[in-house]
Amino acid sequence: MIGIIDYGVGNLKNVSGALDRLNVENIITDDILKLKKCEKLILPGVGAFMEGMKGLEERGLDLFLRKWVESGKYILGICLGMQLLFDKSYEMGECEGLKFIKGEIIKFSPDINLKIPHMGWNCLLKNNDDDILKNIGKDYVYFVHSFYASELNDENLIAYADYGVKVPAIVRNKNVIGMQFHPEKSDKIGKQLLINYLELR
Amino acid sequence: MLAKRIIPCLDVDHGRVVKGKNFVDIKDVDDPVKLGEHYSKMGADELVFYDITASSEERDIFINTVENIARKVSIPFTIGGGIKSCDDFRKVLLAGADKVSINSQAVKNPKLITDGAKRFGSQCVVLSIDAKRNDKGSFDVYIKGGRENTYIDAIEWAKRGEELGAGEICINSIDTDGVKDGFDLELIERLNEVLTIPIIASGGAGKIEDFLNVLNAGADAALAASVFHFGEINIKELKEYLSANDVEMRLV
Repeated sequence: MIGIIDYGVGNLKNVSGALDRLNVENIITDDILKLKKCEKLILPGVGAFMEGMKGLEERGLDLFLRKWVESGKYILGICLGMQLLFDKSYEMGECEGLKFIKGEIIKFSPDINLKIPHMGWNCLLKNNDDDILKNIGKDYVYFVHSFYASELNDENLIAYADYGVKVPAIVRNKNVIGMQFHPEKSDKIGKQLLINYLELR
Repeated sequence: MLAKRIIPCLDVDHGRVVKGKNFVDIKDVDDPVKLGEHYSKMGADELVFYDITASSEERDIFINTVENIARKVSIPFTIGGGIKSCDDFRKVLLAGADKVSINSQAVKNPKLITDGAKRFGSQCVVLSIDAKRNDKGSFDVYIKGGRENTYIDAIEWAKRGEELGAGEICINSIDTDGVKDGFDLELIERLNEVLTIPIIASGGAGKIEDFLNVLNAGADAALAASVFHFGEINIKELKEYLSANDVEMRLV
Protein backbone atom coordinates (compact mmCIF):
# COMPACT_ATOMS: atom_id res chain seq x y z
CA MET A 1 0.00 0.00 0.00
CA ILE A 2 1.31 3.44 -0.98
CA GLY A 3 0.21 6.36 1.19
CA ILE A 4 -0.54 9.66 -0.56
CA ILE A 5 -0.35 12.35 2.09
CA ASP A 6 -3.36 14.65 2.20
CA TYR A 7 -2.31 17.92 3.80
CA GLY A 8 -4.96 20.22 2.42
CA VAL A 9 -3.32 21.23 -0.86
CA GLY A 10 -4.60 20.53 -4.36
CA ASN A 11 -4.17 17.83 -6.95
CA LEU A 12 -3.72 14.59 -5.04
CA LYS A 13 -6.11 12.61 -7.20
CA ASN A 14 -3.91 12.64 -10.29
CA VAL A 15 -1.10 10.94 -8.36
CA SER A 16 -3.58 8.37 -7.11
CA GLY A 17 -4.82 7.90 -10.70
CA ALA A 18 -1.27 7.29 -11.94
CA LEU A 19 -0.79 4.57 -9.29
CA ASP A 20 -4.19 3.09 -10.23
CA ARG A 21 -2.99 2.84 -13.83
CA LEU A 22 -0.03 0.82 -12.50
CA ASN A 23 -2.43 -1.36 -10.50
CA VAL A 24 -0.75 -0.25 -7.29
CA GLU A 25 -2.94 -0.03 -4.21
CA ASN A 26 -2.94 3.44 -2.73
CA ILE A 27 -4.73 5.57 -0.20
CA ILE A 28 -5.13 9.35 0.07
CA THR A 29 -5.24 10.24 3.75
CA ASP A 30 -4.05 12.55 6.53
CA ASP A 31 -4.57 9.81 9.13
CA ILE A 32 -1.16 9.11 10.69
CA LEU A 33 -2.23 5.62 11.85
CA LYS A 34 -3.11 4.67 8.26
CA LEU A 35 0.03 6.28 6.83
CA LYS A 36 2.19 4.39 9.34
CA LYS A 37 1.02 1.09 7.88
CA CYS A 38 2.01 2.06 4.32
CA GLU A 39 5.05 0.64 2.60
CA LYS A 40 6.06 3.95 1.00
CA LEU A 41 4.75 7.49 0.99
CA ILE A 42 4.20 10.15 -1.64
CA LEU A 43 3.97 13.83 -0.75
CA PRO A 44 2.36 15.51 -3.78
CA GLY A 45 1.00 19.02 -3.94
CA VAL A 46 0.46 22.14 -5.96
CA GLY A 47 0.35 25.47 -4.20
CA ALA A 48 2.32 27.81 -1.98
CA PHE A 49 5.19 26.63 0.25
CA MET A 50 3.99 28.37 3.42
CA GLU A 51 0.45 26.95 3.05
CA GLY A 52 1.95 23.51 2.48
CA MET A 53 4.07 23.64 5.66
CA LYS A 54 1.08 24.94 7.60
CA GLY A 55 -1.03 22.07 6.28
CA LEU A 56 1.55 19.53 7.44
CA GLU A 57 2.04 21.12 10.86
CA GLU A 58 -1.69 21.46 11.56
CA ARG A 59 -2.06 17.72 11.12
CA GLY A 60 1.09 16.76 13.05
CA LEU A 61 2.42 15.34 9.79
CA ASP A 62 5.77 17.16 10.00
CA LEU A 63 6.70 15.29 13.18
CA PHE A 64 5.36 12.02 11.80
CA LEU A 65 7.42 12.44 8.61
CA ARG A 66 10.56 13.15 10.65
CA LYS A 67 10.17 9.79 12.42
CA TRP A 68 9.29 8.08 9.13
CA VAL A 69 12.45 9.36 7.46
CA GLU A 70 14.62 8.50 10.50
CA SER A 71 13.28 4.93 10.32
CA GLY A 72 14.74 4.67 6.80
CA LYS A 73 11.45 4.27 4.96
CA TYR A 74 10.94 5.83 1.55
CA ILE A 75 9.17 9.07 0.75
CA LEU A 76 8.78 10.77 -2.64
CA GLY A 77 7.95 14.47 -2.80
CA ILE A 78 6.44 15.78 -6.04
CA CYS A 79 6.47 19.47 -7.13
CA LEU A 80 5.59 21.47 -3.98
CA GLY A 81 6.01 18.18 -2.06
CA MET A 82 9.60 18.04 -3.32
CA GLN A 83 10.28 21.64 -2.34
CA LEU A 84 8.99 21.01 1.20
CA LEU A 85 11.75 18.41 1.70
CA PHE A 86 14.38 21.20 1.72
CA ASP A 87 15.64 23.46 4.53
CA LYS A 88 13.70 26.57 3.64
CA SER A 89 11.95 28.61 0.97
CA TYR A 90 11.93 32.28 0.04
CA GLU A 91 8.46 32.18 -1.54
CA MET A 92 6.51 35.02 0.17
CA GLY A 93 9.11 35.62 2.84
CA GLU A 94 11.35 33.06 4.52
CA CYS A 95 9.70 29.80 5.63
CA GLU A 96 11.37 26.72 7.09
CA GLY A 97 10.82 23.35 5.42
CA LEU A 98 11.14 19.73 6.52
CA LYS A 99 14.96 19.83 6.24
CA PHE A 100 15.42 16.31 4.88
CA ILE A 101 17.65 17.56 2.07
CA LYS A 102 20.10 20.46 2.25
CA GLY A 103 19.15 23.41 0.09
CA GLU A 104 16.72 26.26 -0.30
CA ILE A 105 13.88 27.19 -2.61
CA ILE A 106 14.26 30.42 -4.59
CA LYS A 107 12.42 32.20 -7.41
CA PHE A 108 13.65 32.14 -10.98
CA SER A 109 15.49 35.38 -11.65
CA PRO A 110 14.06 37.54 -14.46
CA ASP A 111 17.67 37.74 -15.70
CA ILE A 112 17.36 34.31 -17.30
CA ASN A 113 15.10 36.03 -19.87
CA LEU A 114 12.80 33.05 -20.09
CA LYS A 115 9.12 32.74 -19.39
CA ILE A 116 8.07 32.13 -15.80
CA PRO A 117 6.54 29.77 -14.66
CA HIS A 118 8.82 27.14 -16.13
CA MET A 119 5.95 25.30 -17.76
CA GLY A 120 6.03 22.43 -20.21
CA TRP A 121 8.17 19.49 -21.22
CA ASN A 122 11.85 19.76 -20.45
CA CYS A 123 14.68 17.31 -20.80
CA LEU A 124 16.14 15.35 -17.87
CA LEU A 125 19.92 15.59 -17.71
CA LYS A 126 21.79 13.17 -15.47
CA ASN A 127 24.08 14.43 -12.70
CA ASN A 128 24.59 11.24 -10.67
CA ASP A 129 23.91 7.56 -11.31
CA ASP A 130 20.97 6.32 -9.31
CA ASP A 131 18.44 3.46 -9.30
CA ILE A 132 15.67 6.01 -9.69
CA LEU A 133 16.97 6.67 -13.24
CA LYS A 134 16.65 3.05 -14.37
CA ASN A 135 15.61 2.92 -18.07
CA ILE A 136 15.61 6.72 -18.23
CA GLY A 137 17.70 8.58 -20.77
CA LYS A 138 17.61 12.18 -21.94
CA ASP A 139 13.84 12.10 -21.73
CA TYR A 140 11.22 14.83 -21.39
CA VAL A 141 9.07 15.32 -18.29
CA TYR A 142 6.37 17.88 -17.51
CA PHE A 143 7.25 20.85 -15.27
CA VAL A 144 5.07 23.63 -13.84
CA HIS A 145 6.78 25.84 -11.25
CA SER A 146 8.08 29.35 -10.53
CA PHE A 147 10.49 28.43 -7.70
CA TYR A 148 13.35 25.96 -7.74
CA ALA A 149 15.85 24.32 -5.39
CA SER A 150 19.34 25.79 -5.05
CA GLU A 151 22.43 25.41 -2.87
CA LEU A 152 22.22 21.61 -2.99
CA ASN A 153 25.05 19.22 -2.26
CA ASP A 154 26.13 17.76 -5.58
CA GLU A 155 25.62 14.21 -4.30
CA ASN A 156 21.90 14.98 -3.74
CA LEU A 157 21.37 16.19 -7.30
CA ILE A 158 20.43 13.15 -9.40
CA ALA A 159 19.08 14.91 -12.51
CA TYR A 160 18.39 18.47 -13.62
CA ALA A 161 16.77 20.40 -16.44
CA ASP A 162 18.29 23.33 -18.25
CA TYR A 163 16.18 26.49 -17.99
CA GLY A 164 18.63 29.37 -17.93
CA VAL A 165 19.94 27.79 -14.74
CA LYS A 166 20.39 24.19 -13.66
CA VAL A 167 16.95 23.33 -12.34
CA PRO A 168 17.09 20.39 -9.90
CA ALA A 169 14.60 17.87 -11.30
CA ILE A 170 15.30 14.72 -9.28
CA VAL A 171 16.93 14.99 -5.86
CA ARG A 172 17.75 12.32 -3.35
CA ASN A 173 19.14 12.01 0.15
CA LYS A 174 19.15 8.27 0.91
CA ASN A 175 15.48 7.30 1.45
CA VAL A 176 14.15 10.79 0.65
CA ILE A 177 13.47 11.46 -3.02
CA GLY A 178 12.05 14.52 -4.73
CA MET A 179 10.81 15.27 -8.25
CA GLN A 180 10.20 18.87 -9.27
CA PHE A 181 8.20 17.85 -12.36
CA HIS A 182 4.99 15.83 -12.40
CA PRO A 183 5.66 12.13 -13.07
CA GLU A 184 1.90 11.54 -12.97
CA LYS A 185 1.55 13.87 -15.99
CA SER A 186 4.71 12.82 -17.80
CA ASP A 187 3.33 9.99 -19.90
CA LYS A 188 5.52 6.88 -20.28
CA ILE A 189 8.63 8.42 -18.76
CA GLY A 190 6.70 9.51 -15.68
CA LYS A 191 5.28 6.03 -15.41
CA GLN A 192 8.76 4.52 -15.55
CA LEU A 193 9.99 6.92 -12.84
CA LEU A 194 7.09 5.96 -10.58
CA ILE A 195 7.85 2.27 -11.19
CA ASN A 196 11.50 2.96 -10.30
CA TYR A 197 10.42 4.58 -7.05
CA LEU A 198 8.08 1.72 -6.21
CA GLU A 199 10.90 -0.76 -6.85
CA LEU A 200 13.45 0.91 -4.55
CA ARG A 201 14.46 -1.43 -1.73
CA MET B 1 15.73 23.14 -23.18
CA LEU B 2 11.99 23.55 -22.91
CA ALA B 3 10.18 21.85 -25.78
CA LYS B 4 7.54 23.58 -27.89
CA ARG B 5 4.14 21.96 -27.61
CA ILE B 6 1.64 20.47 -30.06
CA ILE B 7 -1.91 20.53 -28.72
CA PRO B 8 -4.95 18.87 -30.29
CA CYS B 9 -8.25 20.47 -29.34
CA LEU B 10 -11.43 18.45 -28.96
CA ASP B 11 -14.97 19.87 -28.90
CA VAL B 12 -17.21 17.86 -26.62
CA ASP B 13 -21.02 17.91 -26.81
CA HIS B 14 -23.11 15.78 -24.47
CA GLY B 15 -20.01 13.81 -23.56
CA ARG B 16 -19.06 13.01 -27.17
CA VAL B 17 -16.41 14.51 -29.47
CA VAL B 18 -18.08 16.56 -32.16
CA LYS B 19 -15.91 16.08 -35.21
CA GLY B 20 -13.63 13.27 -36.07
CA LYS B 21 -12.87 10.75 -38.70
CA ASN B 22 -12.52 7.03 -38.36
CA PHE B 23 -9.03 6.21 -37.24
CA VAL B 24 -8.00 2.69 -38.05
CA ASP B 25 -6.86 1.93 -34.55
CA ILE B 26 -9.82 3.24 -32.58
CA LYS B 27 -13.40 2.25 -33.06
CA ASP B 28 -15.12 4.59 -30.65
CA VAL B 29 -13.75 7.78 -32.19
CA ASP B 30 -16.26 10.13 -30.60
CA ASP B 31 -15.32 9.03 -27.09
CA PRO B 32 -13.20 11.91 -25.69
CA VAL B 33 -11.30 9.53 -23.43
CA LYS B 34 -10.39 7.15 -26.26
CA LEU B 35 -9.44 9.98 -28.62
CA GLY B 36 -7.43 11.66 -25.86
CA GLU B 37 -5.53 8.45 -25.21
CA HIS B 38 -4.93 8.05 -28.93
CA TYR B 39 -3.44 11.55 -29.28
CA SER B 40 -1.37 11.05 -26.17
CA LYS B 41 0.09 7.88 -27.68
CA MET B 42 0.87 9.75 -30.92
CA GLY B 43 2.90 12.27 -28.94
CA ALA B 44 0.54 15.16 -28.22
CA ASP B 45 2.06 17.29 -25.46
CA GLU B 46 -1.22 18.47 -24.00
CA LEU B 47 -4.89 18.20 -24.77
CA VAL B 48 -7.68 20.77 -24.73
CA PHE B 49 -11.32 19.78 -24.29
CA TYR B 50 -14.04 22.37 -24.92
CA ASP B 51 -17.47 21.75 -23.54
CA ILE B 52 -19.86 23.11 -26.15
CA THR B 53 -22.98 21.71 -24.50
CA ALA B 54 -25.44 24.56 -24.26
CA SER B 55 -27.53 23.78 -21.20
CA SER B 56 -26.10 24.16 -17.75
CA GLU B 57 -27.96 21.17 -16.31
CA GLU B 58 -25.82 18.96 -18.51
CA ARG B 59 -22.61 20.25 -16.95
CA ASP B 60 -22.56 17.24 -14.67
CA ILE B 61 -22.16 14.92 -17.66
CA PHE B 62 -19.15 16.94 -18.68
CA ILE B 63 -17.58 16.83 -15.20
CA ASN B 64 -18.02 13.08 -15.38
CA THR B 65 -16.19 13.12 -18.73
CA VAL B 66 -13.36 15.17 -17.18
CA GLU B 67 -13.00 12.58 -14.41
CA ASN B 68 -12.83 9.78 -16.96
CA ILE B 69 -10.19 11.64 -18.99
CA ALA B 70 -8.11 12.20 -15.83
CA ARG B 71 -8.27 8.51 -14.97
CA LYS B 72 -6.89 7.41 -18.34
CA VAL B 73 -4.77 10.21 -19.78
CA SER B 74 -1.27 10.76 -18.39
CA ILE B 75 -0.44 14.10 -20.03
CA PRO B 76 -1.69 17.55 -18.96
CA PHE B 77 -5.06 18.70 -20.21
CA THR B 78 -7.07 21.92 -20.25
CA ILE B 79 -10.81 22.32 -19.90
CA GLY B 80 -12.72 25.18 -21.48
CA GLY B 81 -16.30 26.19 -22.14
CA GLY B 82 -18.92 27.34 -19.70
CA ILE B 83 -16.50 28.43 -16.97
CA LYS B 84 -18.19 31.35 -15.26
CA SER B 85 -16.98 31.37 -11.67
CA CYS B 86 -14.27 30.30 -9.27
CA ASP B 87 -16.55 27.46 -8.30
CA ASP B 88 -16.54 26.23 -11.92
CA PHE B 89 -12.72 26.36 -11.80
CA ARG B 90 -12.74 24.30 -8.64
CA LYS B 91 -15.07 21.66 -10.09
CA VAL B 92 -12.99 20.91 -13.19
CA LEU B 93 -9.67 21.07 -11.32
CA LEU B 94 -10.98 18.69 -8.67
CA ALA B 95 -12.16 16.40 -11.46
CA GLY B 96 -8.52 16.19 -12.56
CA ALA B 97 -7.96 18.95 -15.14
CA ASP B 98 -4.61 20.75 -15.05
CA LYS B 99 -5.71 24.06 -16.52
CA VAL B 100 -8.88 25.99 -17.13
CA SER B 101 -9.50 28.11 -20.21
CA ILE B 102 -11.71 31.19 -20.07
CA ASN B 103 -12.76 33.45 -22.93
CA SER B 104 -15.96 35.57 -23.13
CA GLN B 105 -16.54 35.38 -19.39
CA ALA B 106 -13.12 36.92 -18.73
CA VAL B 107 -13.99 39.86 -21.01
CA LYS B 108 -17.25 40.39 -19.14
CA ASN B 109 -15.65 39.86 -15.75
CA PRO B 110 -11.84 40.32 -15.80
CA LYS B 111 -11.76 39.67 -12.04
CA LEU B 112 -12.36 36.00 -12.85
CA ILE B 113 -8.74 35.82 -14.10
CA THR B 114 -7.38 37.25 -10.86
CA ASP B 115 -9.67 35.20 -8.62
CA GLY B 116 -8.80 31.97 -10.44
CA ALA B 117 -5.06 32.74 -10.32
CA LYS B 118 -5.09 33.69 -6.65
CA ARG B 119 -7.02 30.64 -5.60
CA PHE B 120 -5.53 27.97 -7.85
CA GLY B 121 -2.32 29.49 -9.22
CA SER B 122 -1.56 31.34 -12.46
CA GLN B 123 -0.32 28.15 -14.09
CA CYS B 124 -3.87 26.83 -14.42
CA VAL B 125 -5.49 29.97 -15.85
CA VAL B 126 -5.45 30.08 -19.65
CA LEU B 127 -6.88 33.25 -21.15
CA SER B 128 -8.31 32.37 -24.53
CA ILE B 129 -8.83 35.23 -26.98
CA ASP B 130 -10.66 35.30 -30.32
CA ALA B 131 -9.08 38.10 -32.36
CA LYS B 132 -9.91 39.60 -35.75
CA ARG B 133 -8.16 42.24 -37.82
CA ASN B 134 -9.92 45.57 -38.23
CA ASP B 135 -9.45 48.09 -41.06
CA LYS B 136 -6.95 50.09 -38.99
CA GLY B 137 -4.54 47.15 -39.01
CA SER B 138 -4.96 46.27 -35.35
CA PHE B 139 -6.88 43.37 -33.83
CA ASP B 140 -10.24 43.40 -32.05
CA VAL B 141 -11.39 40.96 -29.37
CA TYR B 142 -14.53 39.02 -30.30
CA ILE B 143 -16.73 37.14 -27.85
CA LYS B 144 -19.62 34.67 -27.99
CA GLY B 145 -17.78 32.29 -30.27
CA GLY B 146 -16.58 35.03 -32.58
CA ARG B 147 -20.03 36.53 -33.18
CA GLU B 148 -19.72 39.78 -31.25
CA ASN B 149 -17.03 42.47 -31.62
CA THR B 150 -16.09 44.11 -28.31
CA TYR B 151 -13.83 46.70 -30.01
CA ILE B 152 -11.24 45.94 -27.32
CA ASP B 153 -7.69 45.81 -28.69
CA ALA B 154 -6.57 42.17 -28.60
CA ILE B 155 -2.90 42.92 -27.87
CA GLU B 156 -3.86 45.25 -25.01
CA TRP B 157 -6.30 42.67 -23.66
CA ALA B 158 -3.67 39.91 -23.73
CA LYS B 159 -1.25 42.18 -21.85
CA ARG B 160 -3.91 43.05 -19.30
CA GLY B 161 -4.73 39.34 -18.94
CA GLU B 162 -1.11 38.65 -18.05
CA GLU B 163 -1.14 41.45 -15.47
CA LEU B 164 -4.38 40.11 -14.00
CA GLY B 165 -2.77 36.73 -13.43
CA ALA B 166 -3.27 34.55 -16.53
CA GLY B 167 -0.54 31.93 -16.90
CA GLU B 168 -0.91 31.48 -20.65
CA ILE B 169 -2.60 33.17 -23.59
CA CYS B 170 -4.33 31.08 -26.20
CA ILE B 171 -4.86 33.29 -29.23
CA ASN B 172 -7.26 32.24 -31.94
CA SER B 173 -7.22 34.24 -35.15
CA ILE B 174 -10.71 34.47 -36.63
CA ASP B 175 -9.21 35.59 -39.96
CA THR B 176 -7.15 32.43 -40.41
CA ASP B 177 -9.37 29.97 -38.54
CA GLY B 178 -10.82 27.33 -40.85
CA VAL B 179 -8.93 28.68 -43.89
CA LYS B 180 -6.14 26.13 -43.45
CA ASP B 181 -3.57 28.45 -44.98
CA GLY B 182 -1.33 28.97 -41.97
CA PHE B 183 -1.51 30.59 -38.54
CA ASP B 184 -1.67 34.37 -38.18
CA LEU B 185 2.05 35.07 -37.85
CA GLU B 186 1.69 38.83 -37.51
CA LEU B 187 -0.66 38.41 -34.55
CA ILE B 188 1.76 36.01 -32.85
CA GLU B 189 4.74 38.28 -33.45
CA ARG B 190 2.93 41.28 -32.01
CA LEU B 191 1.87 39.34 -28.93
CA ASN B 192 5.34 37.96 -28.44
CA GLU B 193 6.68 41.49 -28.19
CA VAL B 194 4.50 42.37 -25.22
CA LEU B 195 3.92 39.13 -23.29
CA THR B 196 6.20 37.25 -20.94
CA ILE B 197 3.83 34.30 -20.45
CA PRO B 198 3.58 31.43 -22.97
CA ILE B 199 1.52 31.89 -26.15
CA ILE B 200 -0.57 29.13 -27.68
CA ALA B 201 -1.35 29.84 -31.34
CA SER B 202 -4.65 28.65 -32.73
CA GLY B 203 -6.47 28.88 -36.04
CA GLY B 204 -5.19 28.22 -39.53
CA ALA B 205 -3.23 24.96 -39.42
CA GLY B 206 -3.38 23.27 -42.81
CA LYS B 207 0.01 21.70 -43.42
CA ILE B 208 3.09 20.81 -41.38
CA GLU B 209 5.02 23.87 -42.54
CA ASP B 210 2.37 26.08 -40.90
CA PHE B 211 3.38 24.68 -37.51
CA LEU B 212 7.06 25.32 -38.18
CA ASN B 213 6.34 28.92 -39.20
CA VAL B 214 4.21 29.76 -36.17
CA LEU B 215 6.61 28.17 -33.66
CA ASN B 216 9.49 30.07 -35.27
CA ALA B 217 7.40 33.28 -35.08
CA GLY B 218 7.40 33.03 -31.29
CA ALA B 219 4.52 30.75 -30.30
CA ASP B 220 5.31 28.36 -27.46
CA ALA B 221 2.64 25.94 -28.54
CA ALA B 222 0.44 25.34 -31.56
CA LEU B 223 -3.15 24.19 -31.25
CA ALA B 224 -5.23 22.60 -33.97
CA ALA B 225 -8.35 20.51 -34.32
CA SER B 226 -9.55 19.37 -37.74
CA VAL B 227 -6.15 18.59 -39.32
CA PHE B 228 -5.63 16.08 -36.51
CA HIS B 229 -9.20 14.82 -36.28
CA PHE B 230 -9.48 14.19 -39.99
CA GLY B 231 -6.10 12.54 -40.12
CA GLU B 232 -4.62 15.11 -42.51
CA ILE B 233 -1.65 15.59 -40.21
CA ASN B 234 -0.18 12.81 -38.10
CA ILE B 235 1.12 14.22 -34.80
CA LYS B 236 4.05 11.82 -34.63
CA GLU B 237 5.23 12.72 -38.15
CA LEU B 238 4.61 16.41 -37.50
CA LYS B 239 6.82 16.37 -34.41
CA GLU B 240 9.56 14.48 -36.21
CA TYR B 241 9.46 17.05 -39.01
CA LEU B 242 9.64 19.96 -36.54
CA SER B 243 12.48 18.33 -34.65
CA ALA B 244 14.40 17.80 -37.92
CA ASN B 245 13.91 21.55 -38.51
CA ASP B 246 15.54 22.50 -35.21
CA VAL B 247 12.41 23.06 -33.16
CA GLU B 248 12.81 21.60 -29.67
CA MET B 249 10.33 18.72 -29.52
CA ARG B 250 9.51 15.88 -27.20
CA LEU B 251 9.54 12.80 -29.42
CA VAL B 252 7.83 9.63 -28.30
